[in-house]
Amino acid sequence: MTEKPITMEPVTKKTTISSLINRERGFLIFIAIMILFPFVMNWITGTGLNEGITKFWQGQFITFFIMAVFAMSYDLLIGYGGILSFGHAASFGGGAYAFALLMKHWAPNFMSQYRILIGSLDITQTIVLIFVFLIVLLVSILIGLLFAATSIRLKGTYFAMLTLAIGQALFILIKATDFHEWTGADEGLHGVPLPVWLNPTQNRLTVYFITLVFLFGSYLLMKRMTNSPTGHVVVANRENEDRMRMIGYNPVSFRTVAFVISSVFAGVAGALYSIWNMSATPNMLSAVTTVDALIMTILGGMGTLIGPIIGAGISQVIQQFFYTWFGARWPLVFGLLFMLIVIFLPYGIVGTWRLKRLDIKEGWHRFVGLFKIQKDQS
Amino acid sequence: MENEIILESRNLSKGFGGLVAVDDVSIQIKKRTMHAIIGPNGAGKTTLFNLLSGVMPPTSGQVFYKNQDITHITPQKRAHLGIGRSYQITNIFSNLTALENIRLAAQAMGKDSFKILRLASSFQAYIDKAQEIIDLVGLTGRQMVLARNLPHGEKRKLELGIMLACDPELLLFDEPTAGMSSEQVPELIEIIDKVVHLKERTAILVEHRMDMVMSISDTVTVMNQGKILAEGSPHEITNNPQVQTAYLGDLYGELA
Repeated sequence: MTEKPITMEPVTKKTTISSLINRERGFLIFIAIMILFPFVMNWITGTGLNEGITKFWQGQFITFFIMAVFAMSYDLLIGYGGILSFGHAASFGGGAYAFALLMKHWAPNFMSQYRILIGSLDITQTIVLIFVFLIVLLVSILIGLLFAATSIRLKGTYFAMLTLAIGQALFILIKATDFHEWTGADEGLHGVPLPVWLNPTQNRLTVYFITLVFLFGSYLLMKRMTNSPTGHVVVANRENEDRMRMIGYNPVSFRTVAFVISSVFAGVAGALYSIWNMSATPNMLSAVTTVDALIMTILGGMGTLIGPIIGAGISQVIQQFFYTWFGARWPLVFGLLFMLIVIFLPYGIVGTWRLKRLDIKEGWHRFVGLFKIQKDQS
Repeated sequence: MENEIILESRNLSKGFGGLVAVDDVSIQIKKRTMHAIIGPNGAGKTTLFNLLSGVMPPTSGQVFYKNQDITHITPQKRAHLGIGRSYQITNIFSNLTALENIRLAAQAMGKDSFKILRLASSFQAYIDKAQEIIDLVGLTGRQMVLARNLPHGEKRKLELGIMLACDPELLLFDEPTAGMSSEQVPELIEIIDKVVHLKERTAILVEHRMDMVMSISDTVTVMNQGKILAEGSPHEITNNPQVQTAYLGDLYGELA
């Protein structure tokens, strides 16, 4: 891992609407474009909001919004806290499975037996959804606490290895044929029953806006948290844990906060992903999913929050086009491209932009260095 | 009152495998004094320091702070009790600004560190305090520089500033002038002298530079091979024949 990017936030006394608009101009413009997108698409192509190419692109963006939040939640850990966890997919998949399992096995039963009414208004479905999301939060918090507990005694590589082990253990557990009846083992859970208004095939535009609002809210909330007194101490944990202890902070408490918050965002993202696909699959828990988030974060720039969003977007676009260009071999090409990006943009896209230091020459030296045979000095 | 003990170690020992780095050390630090611990390399000064600040647990023996047994209390709790520590090897938050380095330490002493939905910049008291300390340690105008871009001498000052921001009653200095050029040393010593006497603090100082120790400390303890060789006022120590032959003689003899 190269040096950590520099996070320097402009000093602001308090957040007013105008200062917010000023600071987050780029992000707000992006959100505005995204709000307009389905309608503009509809107007240009003439296809209906819920059909054809307009619908297809909404789907692409829904995946992008969800993955962006997942990548941002990873950035909270790696970019801000300096915590390299290879088990982050556990939170994503955990949220997805918590949602899918309850919706598939518990909700239909409950709804066939009970009705919750306000006057003549039937709110059973809404209450069930709220309850299921509360369980998703609970599960994500527990997973966050599990990983936080492993970081009490282990550091660096040992910690990274254990997180990988825990992540893979959960992955294997969810694939176990013993629980086939519940989890669907290898195939996962498919055809998760959803209310009609939330069904991505019937009402894709609703899901589009729900996930967009989720991205918008998550970004602002995470930004606020990283600028809070707690967020600053989490950064101190990245910089120098030893010193942090000596000035009176307990690193474990702050790491726990980072793990739990990051896990909650990832868990909700996972639940939304299972709404979007109407399924939960073991792949969502695999190390590959964690590495996806890692790639997005590194691509965009660690410790920037906006970087992972950009990284998620780029990775989405690349996946789409590379697949049509290179077929099944596309990950190989992407891998090579990713290596070049890491060599030439070690701080990611946003990090390089903020530092205003795109050093092609230095990058070239690093690149050439790869092929040089190391001479023994002694 | 005058001779009140703030920190005391009783029969403190620390061994690393077969090597006994600190051997049965009992030391008493009086309140409002500058107490220097000197000794040649490998005398066990830094290990003693790590035991006093709680970085490592002792093999045997106890540490008392204001008559309270703190032998098994974590460093972060010691910080809240009023024990601050600076490091021999510069130990700062490299990618943060000088101001943020000190502000973090100031914030650690408050009760706002878990206010996750508030802005750190809205807690003006910590920023003001950090600014005050920036001025005190002589880093005025350098507060927005990233810590890793500061020259070595200023890093040492920042190190001192981080410790001061915790408002400790007892300051533990581990070779504060380590790696500084001899032109820079007097300025830092002046700052140390100032901050210690400003709030009637107590300081323990581990040092290599004999001249510096002699001029500012009230009591000097000489360590050698993990044991206390002698203790007394700077005047007594310089005139102690045992110390002269064992330690000072070599050093001053070479210099003279």
